[in-house]
Amino acid sequence: MKKFTKLTSAVVPLNIENIDTDQIIPARFLKATTREGFGENLFRDWRYNGDNTPKPEFVMNNPTYSGQVLVAGKNFGCGSSREHAAWAIQDAGFDVVISSFFADIFKGNALNNGLLPIQVSEEFLAQIFKAVDSNPKSALAVDLENQTVTIVETGAQESFEINPYKKSCLINGYDDIDFILNQKQLIKEFEEGRG
Amino acid sequence: MSKTLVEKIWDAHVVKSEEGFPDILYIDTHLIHEVTSPQAFDGLRKRGLPVFRPKQTVATADHNVPTLNQLLPIKEELSRYQVDMLTKNCAEFGVELYGLGHPFQGIVHVIGPELGITLPGKTMVCGDSHTSTHGAFGAIAFGIGTSQVEQVFATQCLLQSKPKTMKIEVNGELGNGVGAKDIILYIIAKISAAGGTGYFIEYAGSAIEALSMEARMTICNMSIEMGARGGLIAPDQTTFDYIKGREFAPAGEEWDKALAYWETLYSDADAKFDSVLTFDAADIAPMITYGTNPGMGMGIQEHIPATGAQPEKEKLSYQKALDYMGFDDDSSLIGKPVDYVFIGSCTNSRIEDLREVADFVKDKRKADNVTVWIVPGSKQVEQQAKNEGLDRIFEAAGFQLREPGCSACLGMNEDKIPAGKYCVSTSNRNFEGRQGQNARTLLASPLTAAAAAVTGKITDVRNLLEKA
Repeated sequence: MKKFTKLTSAVVPLNIENIDTDQIIPARFLKATTREGFGENLFRDWRYNGDNTPKPEFVMNNPTYSGQVLVAGKNFGCGSSREHAAWAIQDAGFDVVISSFFADIFKGNALNNGLLPIQVSEEFLAQIFKAVDSNPKSALAVDLENQTVTIVETGAQESFEINPYKKSCLINGYDDIDFILNQKQLIKEFEEGRG
Repeated sequence: MSKTLVEKIWDAHVVKSEEGFPDILYIDTHLIHEVTSPQAFDGLRKRGLPVFRPKQTVATADHNVPTLNQLLPIKEELSRYQVDMLTKNCAEFGVELYGLGHPFQGIVHVIGPELGITLPGKTMVCGDSHTSTHGAFGAIAFGIGTSQVEQVFATQCLLQSKPKTMKIEVNGELGNGVGAKDIILYIIAKISAAGGTGYFIEYAGSAIEALSMEARMTICNMSIEMGARGGLIAPDQTTFDYIKGREFAPAGEEWDKALAYWETLYSDADAKFDSVLTFDAADIAPMITYGTNPGMGMGIQEHIPATGAQPEKEKLSYQKALDYMGFDDDSSLIGKPVDYVFIGSCTNSRIEDLREVADFVKDKRKADNVTVWIVPGSKQVEQQAKNEGLDRIFEAAGFQLREPGCSACLGMNEDKIPAGKYCVSTSNRNFEGRQGQNARTLLASPLTAAAAAVTGKITDVRNLLEKA
């Protein structure tokens, strides 16, 4: 799995709530059988018209905004369990997603792929949007070791929660399968114990 | 110590619990389908691993399959490739597949219960968020991502933190024309599309206990639409009667042993839930959604809430949803013309749903402006509908009875609603573009959908029912 420790980057702001996984990657693009290439269809129907021409008003089509951090409104990633949503975001060049609230399955999928979901307070999220609004190049500094996210320009900082096991997975690039495989004997004993 | 039902089942499946780590949770049954499994099989190949417990794994093809002429090769190349890949992977790794042409084929959350694979007290997962459906039997069942599908393939376990628990009680009697779908749409409208996040929900109360198994599945199915990991209902005589005699259900001595265990599966009287909500069934009307998440629902006679009444920072998202739907705030949907009616999906495609619709449309005909698709949840449901003559009722009404699959719920196959068109749908999601690019979805019960089909517009079905 991809490792993550720290990052300073400008952000792509998407100030919309309840962004569901059908918006992140519409179902018609789930027919691939590999993990690669989903990035070009990230937010497909917000990004492109029916005739595949870009919609200039969508933030990803505005060259003013770029960066490895996606910032979105609350309840990000609700809906389907498709891991393709996390793959698409990562494939489009993002390493971090920030929101004031994440749907459970999306959050788990992101962590399992080395894409860091950071939950911040509503107030801090509003501060980020405000900073980017006044200066699109406004950068965020993310430090996983110390569990902090900082708006570089203003110095405003907030710490974030992360399961300590998941944190060590991200820092070391381990995944859950590496972890459980080492305990297969325990699993067999559990099965035998149930009769 | 007293425990909730979720805690009882969870604790019985913990292989290892260690401070600072998620629990290693044993998974009894792993259901898979063509869309979220190929990358997981690939992962096994890369690691040189087999499927650890293939006999606890069951596969079907549902998301991508056509709902007409299923025995012909799939026309759409990418869909065909994905379904072929499932067949190949299942053969290579020794997993039982109920693919196209098999009498057990169908939507994964319809076939598990009808085959007696879904049982009380089990842990069940699938790479699909509506796995919560199986909770209707008193099982811990939840949706997972593809990395976790690979994890279960490799180890029959998942690393999972124990969820918080919520009890939702619905008491009293439902009114005429109001069903399970209305109950769950009502609850989601009350607590929002994120109101259950982080929780496992237990549904209880007299209105829930009075429901059939299929109606209970409709309720548990949509737990994910309020963000919950899953939802379940304590098993009772209704549950046991439904299971008995099914294809893979325990029989003979095994049945007696299983039943004795199942009868211990309830939340202890003094068990503590992290959250408890109570609703009155009499307050629930036939429901319909007006926006682009399942929390944007209302009683069919109500007006769409005013944008001005929304919290300041939510106004933009709220208005965006209404603009997408082409609706004005503070207006009624009654009488609004519809273009399509879709009766199907893992929420409402079981035989009782089809019977209810057939009973209502008997001797009626669909309106000329509406296209009606009825997509049964499985081959067995389809066959049963034909045995009961429901197909002839549908045909006479101008409703098209198709072959089983997920179909227009998510429009992965060719069953798509055209841009700008309105579809009253018995499925579970009204997200933008869910049923086709720029399609507009209104979620409702099978009865409300049937009423829209017959009148060609949004209709309060209670006005068309004979007074009870």
